[in-house]
Amino acid sequence: MIDMNESGAGAALGRAESPQRFDTPSGRRPQDWQAPLAFAAAGDRDVDRIARLVEEGERITAADALVLHERADLLTLGRLADLVRSRKHPSGIATYIVDRNINPTNVCLTDCGFCAFYRSPGDVEAYVLSRDEIYGKVEELSQLNGRQVLMQGGHHPRVLSDWWGQLISDLRERFPQVNSHALSAPEIDHFSQYEKRPVEDVIRDLKDAGLGSVPGAGAEMLVERVRKIIAPKKTTTDRWLDVHRKIHEAGLRSSATMMFGHVETAAERVEHLLRVRELQDETGGFTAFISWTCQPDGVPEEQDYPEKATPAVYLRVQALSRIFLDNVENIQTSYVTQGMKMGQMSLRFGANDFGGTMIEENVVSAAGCFNLESVQKVEHLIETAGFTPRQRNSWYGIVDERADSPAFPANREEAEVKS
Amino acid sequence: MSQAIEQVASSAGIGDIAAKVFEGTRLSKEDGVRLYQADVHAVGALANWVREKKHGDLTYFNVNQHINYTNVCNKLCRFCAFQRLPGQEGAYVMKPEEVAEKIEAQLHEPVTEVHMVAGIYPKLPYEYYLDILRAVKEKRPAIHIKAFTMIELMQIARRAKKPLAEVLPELIEAGLGSCPGGGAEVFSDRVRDLGYDKKNTGQEWLDTARTVHEAGLRSNCTMLHGHIETIEERVDHHDRLRTLQDQTGGFQTYIPLSFHPANTEWSHLPGPTAMDELREIAVSRLLLDNIDHIKAYWIMLSIPVAQMALSFGSDDVDGTVVEEKIYHEAGATTPQEVKRGELVQWIRDAGRIPVERDTLYNVIWSADEALAKVGAAAPVASV
Repeated sequence: MIDMNESGAGAALGRAESPQRFDTPSGRRPQDWQAPLAFAAAGDRDVDRIARLVEEGERITAADALVLHERADLLTLGRLADLVRSRKHPSGIATYIVDRNINPTNVCLTDCGFCAFYRSPGDVEAYVLSRDEIYGKVEELSQLNGRQVLMQGGHHPRVLSDWWGQLISDLRERFPQVNSHALSAPEIDHFSQYEKRPVEDVIRDLKDAGLGSVPGAGAEMLVERVRKIIAPKKTTTDRWLDVHRKIHEAGLRSSATMMFGHVETAAERVEHLLRVRELQDETGGFTAFISWTCQPDGVPEEQDYPEKATPAVYLRVQALSRIFLDNVENIQTSYVTQGMKMGQMSLRFGANDFGGTMIEENVVSAAGCFNLESVQKVEHLIETAGFTPRQRNSWYGIVDERADSPAFPANREEAEVKS
Repeated sequence: MSQAIEQVASSAGIGDIAAKVFEGTRLSKEDGVRLYQADVHAVGALANWVREKKHGDLTYFNVNQHINYTNVCNKLCRFCAFQRLPGQEGAYVMKPEEVAEKIEAQLHEPVTEVHMVAGIYPKLPYEYYLDILRAVKEKRPAIHIKAFTMIELMQIARRAKKPLAEVLPELIEAGLGSCPGGGAEVFSDRVRDLGYDKKNTGQEWLDTARTVHEAGLRSNCTMLHGHIETIEERVDHHDRLRTLQDQTGGFQTYIPLSFHPANTEWSHLPGPTAMDELREIAVSRLLLDNIDHIKAYWIMLSIPVAQMALSFGSDDVDGTVVEEKIYHEAGATTPQEVKRGELVQWIRDAGRIPVERDTLYNVIWSADEALAKVGAAAPVASV
């Protein structure tokens, strides 16, 4: 008889019969990763060498990024990230977008254990929003001069590219000033598989329907070892990148994201950043990079996840992403997961964009994290951090009435990367 | 290290201030005003240099219990959401037995300090204050009582009908171990007249603190920032604190307190943001060269700001607190109790070594024993 508790697969995933309780808020195990001690680690020659590279505007290698991640103190990381940010955005403007999240359906087949939002087909809480409900929501956004509706669903077995294309095209007709920043690489990949046709065709049809840009969601960690643990049914790393390549080739822009603070190592965080940088070298199609920490409280496989990573770890990774992703224009902070105070501080640790005002947010708030704030508050925080707040569109063109010049790029055509 | 900081400071226009900091020269009030206006990364890096010179990576916390024995108060401060008038709904006064019950309820926790402050309720007799001290000590003889802000001490002396210098030995006899730093607000008479004109003046606060130190007690000091005070008034506040500290050496810790506007008469003011809070920590670390510790009171700042404050000058985060009322009435949403493991984790994630201390900064526990001894070997000069 095999004793599964000793060395079985369950033990490897932390699934014991009666899980051990730790002295953390959730009782789950603490994070594995340990930060370097700031003072004890000061004067590290490698860190100093890499800091000089960054100061001189040189690209740093993945190995150097790992050194920074493991050995640099937060102030050094913050100072370097702030330097890179100020070179890319010398105007002193920090942007945000008036937008709304709509999740037309919560039905999903990927069963990711870190997601508290999805429901399986047939679940009593499964839904698909009616057109009228969606129109009502976009109408409210439109009255607030909203520029973007961020729409994502689950991987619904029957709500496919036709349905989405029709929705996007109807919205464009009714609300021409609101861009559909919609779907994600895994959803597009899901359509391609269910409709048994190439992903290029799916992208082309969605673009024809009016899709304006694509969020970088579903990247989680772009490392196969990690994906097999946290999202085994989701689009693979190579496929995620390839769908974005094809999105860019079709003339659309997208963003890139990373969800960390679960089962990945520091080297895997850097590997993720490297994959994003390599594709960006190839296509130039990413507008922004957004990272956030896993929010595992109350998710289906909660017990497999460690305690949430604390804000200082978030800031470390955000700063590193600004330093390493020298070819990505914008770093967006995730105040939805980190709170408004961190949102403000992050503007001096590499971020230049506050993200959306998100007058509705379902996915993260389903995981017990709720930070919805008004435009006024965002403006105040940006100003008191020493920046000029400006509203932007999905392509990071300034659409603010206080701006000196008309928005550029003003639409997806102007935003297209010309090779 | 200081070379990189010098560079950052020079490009922020405070190279001369950096030079003073490195050679240990006291900063002037004009320097203080400039620090409030210079780039926050440069000010933070300088403050961090001082923090690391004094404490390395050590970051102190303690396990304490808050008891706010009454919320009845006749001072009507505009920034306060805690006070109630006598007879008003929600007004309460704890009997000494109730104070004892609060202590008893936490006997299973490794609490080393009780922080006891409250409103000014003129009807409470002198004996009441002695009784609540005794009630605490009876239930938990080993606990350190840090109690009574300066205005409470003035009130106690008034009720005792004798000078504070004569009252203090009796309070110490009953169990008082040290005094908290609250109620200093902003010393400026202009601000006092606009915001809390029934309260003692700044000079009275300082005189009382001097008397406390002369009685052999240590105390903390604070400033309530982010409402209607000017930068000059903040710097003046710091300057008056360090002048008294030169004379008595009795202040252990400076705690910048953020004004929380919710439910106060000043709710129309925005209150300080995270960046304001980091700057206040950093500037105070640089100006208060003779005060050992700068506290990032996490329950008020939130965990993200407290973590970052540990790289902007502060070396203390307060502790795992049981039952905080004053800030929560003003809209603080931080959890009232935080598990020790969580506190240790977020200090460590900020790149620091967590050290549990008692009220007088004796080391109780540290993640790193050898380093903890360094902390223990650097006590404040005796009063």
